[in-house]
Amino acid sequence: MYALNFNEETCHACPTNDCLIKCQYIDISREAALDEIIKIARGEDSYVLRDCVTCYACEEYCPMGNHPFYLIVKRQEDMNIPPVPRPLIQRAVNTGIPFRGAPVIYEINGPALNMGAFSELMPLIHGRLFEGLSVISTDSRKMFHYFCQLMYLHYGRSSVIEERLPGVIDTIAKHKPTQLVCFHDECYGAYASYCPAMGIDVPFEPVHLFEYLYNRLMELEDLIKPVNLKVAYQRPCSSRLSPDKHLFVNRIFELIGAANVKREFVDENALCCAGAIQGQRREGSRKRAAELQRKNIEDMKKAGADVCVFNCPACLQTLGRMVSENGIKPVYMSDLCRLAIGEKPSGWR
Amino acid sequence: MDSTLQSLIDIVDQIHVSNRQEELFIYSFDLGTAEPRRPDYVVSPDSAEQVQKILRLANRKKIPVVPLGGGLSLAGLAVPLHGGIIIDLKRMDRIIEVNEKARYAVLECGVSQAQLTSYLERHHPHLTHSEPGAPPAATIAGNLMIHGQGDLAQPYGFNSDLVNGLEVVLPTGEICRFGSCAIGSGWFTNHPLPDMNIFLGWYGITGIITKLSIRLFPAKRLRGTGQFVVDNEELVPEILFKLTHTQMAEDIIAYSRAIPPFSDGLQHFTVNIAADSEKELEWKQEIIWDDTLGDYIRNGDGAYLGFTAGLERPQISKTSDYKKGGGFEYVGSIMPVEKYPECYRTGREISERHNIPYTVTGRCIGAAHSMMFAWTYAFNRADPDTIRHAREALHETDDIVMKLGGVIWKPGIYGQKLILERLDPVTRELMKKIRNLLDPNGIMNPGNWEVNDANG
Amino acid sequence: MPMAEFPYKDLIHRCFRCGYCKFPSNWMDVNNCPPYARFRMETYSCGGRLWLTRAWLNAQLEWTEHLAEILYSCTTCRNCEIKCPLRFNVDIVNMVVAARSEMVEAGRLPSAVKSFLENVELHGNPYGASRAKRDVWAAGQGIEHYNGQEYLLYAGCTGSYDTRAQKSTIELAQILRKAGISFGILGTDENCDGNEVLKLGEEGLFEALAEENTALFKKLGIQRIITLSPHAFNAFKNHYPQYGGNFTVFHYTQILSDLIKSKILKPDKKNNVRVSYHDPCFLGRWNNEYETPREILKGIPGIELVEMEKNRDSALCCGGGAGNFQIDLLGGSKDSPSRRRVREAAATGADILAVACPKCLIMLEDAVKSEELEGSLKAMDIAEVLAEACRTESI
Repeated sequence: MYALNFNEETCHACPTNDCLIKCQYIDISREAALDEIIKIARGEDSYVLRDCVTCYACEEYCPMGNHPFYLIVKRQEDMNIPPVPRPLIQRAVNTGIPFRGAPVIYEINGPALNMGAFSELMPLIHGRLFEGLSVISTDSRKMFHYFCQLMYLHYGRSSVIEERLPGVIDTIAKHKPTQLVCFHDECYGAYASYCPAMGIDVPFEPVHLFEYLYNRLMELEDLIKPVNLKVAYQRPCSSRLSPDKHLFVNRIFELIGAANVKREFVDENALCCAGAIQGQRREGSRKRAAELQRKNIEDMKKAGADVCVFNCPACLQTLGRMVSENGIKPVYMSDLCRLAIGEKPSGWR
Repeated sequence: MDSTLQSLIDIVDQIHVSNRQEELFIYSFDLGTAEPRRPDYVVSPDSAEQVQKILRLANRKKIPVVPLGGGLSLAGLAVPLHGGIIIDLKRMDRIIEVNEKARYAVLECGVSQAQLTSYLERHHPHLTHSEPGAPPAATIAGNLMIHGQGDLAQPYGFNSDLVNGLEVVLPTGEICRFGSCAIGSGWFTNHPLPDMNIFLGWYGITGIITKLSIRLFPAKRLRGTGQFVVDNEELVPEILFKLTHTQMAEDIIAYSRAIPPFSDGLQHFTVNIAADSEKELEWKQEIIWDDTLGDYIRNGDGAYLGFTAGLERPQISKTSDYKKGGGFEYVGSIMPVEKYPECYRTGREISERHNIPYTVTGRCIGAAHSMMFAWTYAFNRADPDTIRHAREALHETDDIVMKLGGVIWKPGIYGQKLILERLDPVTRELMKKIRNLLDPNGIMNPGNWEVNDANG
Repeated sequence: MPMAEFPYKDLIHRCFRCGYCKFPSNWMDVNNCPPYARFRMETYSCGGRLWLTRAWLNAQLEWTEHLAEILYSCTTCRNCEIKCPLRFNVDIVNMVVAARSEMVEAGRLPSAVKSFLENVELHGNPYGASRAKRDVWAAGQGIEHYNGQEYLLYAGCTGSYDTRAQKSTIELAQILRKAGISFGILGTDENCDGNEVLKLGEEGLFEALAEENTALFKKLGIQRIITLSPHAFNAFKNHYPQYGGNFTVFHYTQILSDLIKSKILKPDKKNNVRVSYHDPCFLGRWNNEYETPREILKGIPGIELVEMEKNRDSALCCGGGAGNFQIDLLGGSKDSPSRRRVREAAATGADILAVACPKCLIMLEDAVKSEELEGSLKAMDIAEVLAEACRTESI
């Protein structure tokens, strides 16, 4: 099977133990932080395993690339301390099982856009930004054949990821993509972060959607007219798996004339949408999620945002309504980019 | 021309009377698995007086009469088992009065669920009624006639418990009223007058309801549904018991189904919550999810799935297309809540044997005094084999209901036999007396509740 | 007729007869299916019609005049498609039309339908009126015959022959002239667009009409068409491309709205009136155009626009679709959809019931008379309303 590329010695050598020090959901001292991470490394019980809200941020915070979050998830499974109740796990695990027939394979031999488990968002894939790009996983009945499985990190189920992901990679590979632009940030994280961490082979080059969009915009620079919007960015949990691509957020905003409002909860300090937190077993989870969402949106409002730019469809599903009820328009990053080149995404007013 | 036809035309008019093949064909069907039976005439009257004249005619000529509302009982209750005249009551669809202070509505018998929901939303937004899960074309009268339950069943009980008064045309044609309306007061109560609740649950045999007064309830500003899920059916009764104890919820339903596949084997709960402010809503949610169900969440046995604002009303159901065949029927039962686990397991087993994706639902009535537990079996109308399987599954389920100590709700012919076999003989005798007293010529929906059988 | 050949044989059994199709989007009554509203017998509801059709195709029922009338009583208004919660809802009207094609092929039609189709075939209009009289409405109006102008103004059969509808055709033509729009008409060369013929199930005749019209339009170099009637708008826009007819098609309200916005037309004569707008099925539910006609009315000073409770995709069809304005299977009762609709308009307190379709115009004006509302409610085409406000002389 696969083994997580984690080394206990690396934690001892770590200058900061930022994985736990910077955690927004645990209050801990430097000494205690080292103790707890070593307990976890050794398969001993630690309250961190129970209190972790699965926001993925420690993957970013760790200065040593030692994958503390992937380790936590593994231990949660090994020691039967799942963050969510059992029926939720069953529900999630079964959702990912494709049951409507085999996917239709067509060879691309070039760059491809993978919609993953978001085939229903095909209506977003229009216009010059996506011109000439082949798309896979366009049929929502078959989309779980292309599902990267990383969602199960929220359920303490690395084993499901390890079991299914190689098959998914195989299906994608049959399409012969040279580069794989990942519509969903989490797919990118799966192929660029999780797979290398687990030693799973990926026979194509994953491309971050925002990097793709930025490059495309540069090609179409003549068409860009400043959007003149004040924007807030909803940074998803999965973005923590690709912190090296986060810079494209500001690059795109600058390129298209969107003013990224000054927020407290931004970049490393960003708040996740809390969609995964609401149903957790940890005491007070329902209220915790509501409070996080309130704080997040208050922060956007205080900073004067007109628009909230979403990366992840799950964030949009969780926060979209609340955002618009607070007078801020929710929009996908790709739609914002389309606006910038004079196109009219459906639903935009 | 056939003299009965002419008489009906004289009573109503040319357009709303027919004995042509097309009307006879369509009106012979129940939408479930019941075998169609042809009526001899179809008539759609416009007033209680017309209904009265039709019944007098039917008595004179000894022709059976079957009253029809929405025709959505899915138990064959308006299939004319012995032919005769089907009376389509849906033209009598006036909303006569909505009394805000005493919170009731007076309706004609043909008013549909959606019509009332829409009317209240537009004209009396602080009032609502208990709306069942039937398609919106179902009539209010039909539903309370069969002891239906709606989305306020948990606080307030069966829809038939929410009646303030009735206007009924007796089988022999007299029009009479029950409740405070009968003494000339408004239609606001049916107590404390002597009990005459013999028009509900009888499928029209004791008389045709032409007007009714139904209780309305506060419609709070914010209404929505929260969801919870467990993977162990044994936990369902205690959860329902605890939820009803809070007195914080409106509708509470537990259900399990094979489709979509992720829900297979799980028991989901939907809990409707209403509030006039965010403060009230949060307070109720705290009591329900954090205080009452918090232990299940912490122990990992149950999960909170979130709260969605806004109730979908009228309620929409897509079960009929499960087998891509436009058909389904269900056994509804009134069961003790503690029987949920066995009901679920039996439903699974019977469904699997008949190759039907299982669907079971339990709606809490009152303070968990009982639940309406339904087993739904889909079929493809163009495939007789699936119809046969559905019918067999339904009969097996009827048997199970009795075995498990429940009561079949709105039973068809098969279920009625099971009940009559077990019925207290003195009660049965009384039913016979009432039936013969009110309907001496035996014209009212014959074939149903046949207490006059030799077995009786 | 064998079910095996019916193009929707795998769908037609899927109707559950749940009855959603009787309701408007706001659920307020069960009178939004025009034939069901008229007769209130289950046979006339959409579900009843589909079950009967299925039984007939399966040879369980014989053809009778009554069966045929039930099938032809559907005005193809699409209310059912919008309400039906099941996946095959997009094909409901297609199923009705396909069943009608079966009856057409068997030659078993209600006599009024037969006359309609024969008249179109022989005279190019359902009235059986002479082709030579098709341009009588335009006499003395100074309207040019089409000869390379920017637009063809397509008057249509109703707009050309019906004496009431002619008034709206004239107003429209005069307003377009006043606005300096370059257009011409086909006059006696104009032939039926075929929309109703198609909905009545006569595919062969429709094909012939579409091909002939397309050839004529192309020969004349016509590229842009303005229609008076939403029915013609629907046919030219959505069906003619299949026969090679790729024209840019406008309903006249789309042109007038732009003319007001660009201030070429200045409706400045202020009549303080309450106006309620009735959404025609072939503009609204069939082509999603609900707002442009309203914009015109809102752009006229002195008009208070009041909505009927059933508006936009909830609008109750006037009962004139699928040839029924001539075939008249739904008339003759206070329950007729046109009379119901007029009562709905009267309930808003409106002085004017504004329409954007000549068939709605004649159906609703007749209903105003039957409802004895003359004097308090007036049915007017939007072109007529706008003309008055622009001080154009009415004829």
